[in-house]
Amino acid sequence: MKTMVNRSVTAFGSSSRDLRRGKALARSRARFYHIRGSGVLTWGVLVMRRRSFAVRSSAIAAVAVLVLGACASDPTTPAATSTVPASPEPLGGTLVISNWDLYMPKSVVRDFEAETGVEVEYALHTTNEDIMGKLTASNGGGFDLVFVSGPFVEALTELGYAAAIDPAQIPNLANLDDEATQLAYDPGNTHSVPYTWGTTGLCYRSDLVSAPPTSWEVFRTSSPDTDQQMTMLGTDRWLLQPGLLSLGYSINTTNPDEIEAAKQWTMEAKPNLLAFDDTTFYAKLVSGEASVVQAWDGWCEYGVLEDPENIEFTIPTEGSDVWTDTMVVMESSQNKAAAHAFIDYILQPEVGKQIVEYTLYKMPNAAVMAAVDPAVLETHETLSISPSELFSQEAQTGLGEEGTILWVEAATEVKAG
Amino acid sequence: VSVAAARPRRRRWPTRVAFLGPGVTWWVVLFAIPVSLVLAYSFARRGPFGGVIYEFSLRNYARAIDPLYLRVVWTSLKLASIATVVAFLLGYPAAYAIATASKRWRLPLLLLVILPFWTSFLIRTYAWIVLLNPAGVLSTLAIRLGLTDGPLPILYNEFAVVLGLVYSYLPLMVLPIYASLERLGPVPEEAAADLYATRWQTMRKVTLPLTLPGIVAGCIFVFVPSLGNFIVPDLLGGGQTVMVGNLIQQQFLTARDWPFGAVIAMFVVVLMIVVLGVQAQVLRRTQEADHGRA
Repeated sequence: MKTMVNRSVTAFGSSSRDLRRGKALARSRARFYHIRGSGVLTWGVLVMRRRSFAVRSSAIAAVAVLVLGACASDPTTPAATSTVPASPEPLGGTLVISNWDLYMPKSVVRDFEAETGVEVEYALHTTNEDIMGKLTASNGGGFDLVFVSGPFVEALTELGYAAAIDPAQIPNLANLDDEATQLAYDPGNTHSVPYTWGTTGLCYRSDLVSAPPTSWEVFRTSSPDTDQQMTMLGTDRWLLQPGLLSLGYSINTTNPDEIEAAKQWTMEAKPNLLAFDDTTFYAKLVSGEASVVQAWDGWCEYGVLEDPENIEFTIPTEGSDVWTDTMVVMESSQNKAAAHAFIDYILQPEVGKQIVEYTLYKMPNAAVMAAVDPAVLETHETLSISPSELFSQEAQTGLGEEGTILWVEAATEVKAG
Repeated sequence: VSVAAARPRRRRWPTRVAFLGPGVTWWVVLFAIPVSLVLAYSFARRGPFGGVIYEFSLRNYARAIDPLYLRVVWTSLKLASIATVVAFLLGYPAAYAIATASKRWRLPLLLLVILPFWTSFLIRTYAWIVLLNPAGVLSTLAIRLGLTDGPLPILYNEFAVVLGLVYSYLPLMVLPIYASLERLGPVPEEAAADLYATRWQTMRKVTLPLTLPGIVAGCIFVFVPSLGNFIVPDLLGGGQTVMVGNLIQQQFLTARDWPFGAVIAMFVVVLMIVVLGVQAQVLRRTQEADHGRA
């Protein structure tokens, strides 16, 4: 397939991986693509075989743990290798994880179980708010490891639900990009470890617009190419972001005047829009209903999967946000060693590579990104956005109580107005 | 003798408990307790991270009468009412046709009414997007036939929302009306005909009033869930129409402001009680009329 011409990736948008509904279709396509593109079919068969072996070997490991338990001196010493753990570690026990659906290949979890003897209970949440609700309802209990977006790490830490990360148990932290250790919501990764990151930008059909969009102002500008053919994200944090960025304000502002101005900006954009859409915007691009949409980079790639010739992604000149999804160990966990081991497992190049090729999201992990199949990188150009480029965007942070109310009211007014 | 008479009476208690128990438990656990919780939340305060702080205040209620929210309530009432009226206009004739069809046809026709429920609501709603979208079947057809120059403006607006609501809840209008028409039977209409009533007079003065309980039930079954629906405005309204259901969803999930969400939810609960009160009133009146006639 033809390489995409316009790689004018300059600025970024933010996104917590909030709305995963509606991804299933893209996912199945993604799998199909992978099978065609990189011979994953064979790989799948291997995984299937490994699975039955895995069940047996974990049973053996469990027995071994029981028998040797008395003699084992220190079962928590982590493997020091940066690739595959040498042998099944005598970790055992269970590990309750909550993650977004389709945000990790199931094989990764199964392989982890096989290699460590830990039994993983893999729960799903649909949004950050969903898992926050579950955690607040049970006062931080019920899970060992949860996946949440950056701003929610602050909340979990503040509430005392997040355990301190013990770097000694995660040697593969060394694989993280430098930028990923200085993220605004948790500098030094004291209570979280970044899983994936990315930005928000304009995803567009190069064959349907006369000139590639370069600015967020595209939404506020009436043009025959784009009138009633654009969508913006409907969730508050992203709904007001194009306006705030265009007006030169922070994407984390809690200043009522700035929020009001961004609200006005968005109201002016509304007549040009087809819809506010958080879930199917890429499908609207593919069908030609829309020519320009505000999109998270990874979700734009779902459109690229179906139309690699014409669908492009760009970060507008005014800049955007950098969002990070993270892994947080719970303070209430009875098996923190296994939770740390899981994080360490994820950070390995061979494992991370499977995740990136499956989700089409970037990991802030140079070793992982170097291991990704070049064919996938070539088709999905947003995977090549550099860490420094990402990091130059503003990170989303929490808005506080009054700030949140202002934002939600402004968003409601835009949508209802 | 007295012992024999008392025994069955005493035995009734276990039976009553066994029969009523599950229903009452269901009602208490899944209705009374949750609604009380929502009521309690509505007077509380949002915590900095979305929790609930139990400090009595009426602040949330004061916030709810902001013109912004009143406008949303007005939109919801308007759209739910339009959907109810349209569903009635479509549903009554359909129910009438089924009720008066030959016995052989009734069951298959009823089955057709219920059939859509066998597919997920979400999928059926997405299917409408496929039909209505500017590059979709209807617009393409209209352009080909030369009926219009550009795509039809039939998606991502209030029209699409009403359409989606009517489509989703039409069976809930047809079924209770069918039930009351069936119970009525052909006799009253035959009597009206014998007394030289025209068909229109029969419908207006006999059939419609006698099936009023079914009509009211159908209207409630359509109106109440329409008012609270948030999926249809989100998908078919393109996120540009905000209804009460969206507000509640947004407060509980996005804003994590449970107390304020609870206030809006309480509003819907109160509205539902009012509507059900009206229904009870209508039912009582028709029953009284029946007894009067008898």
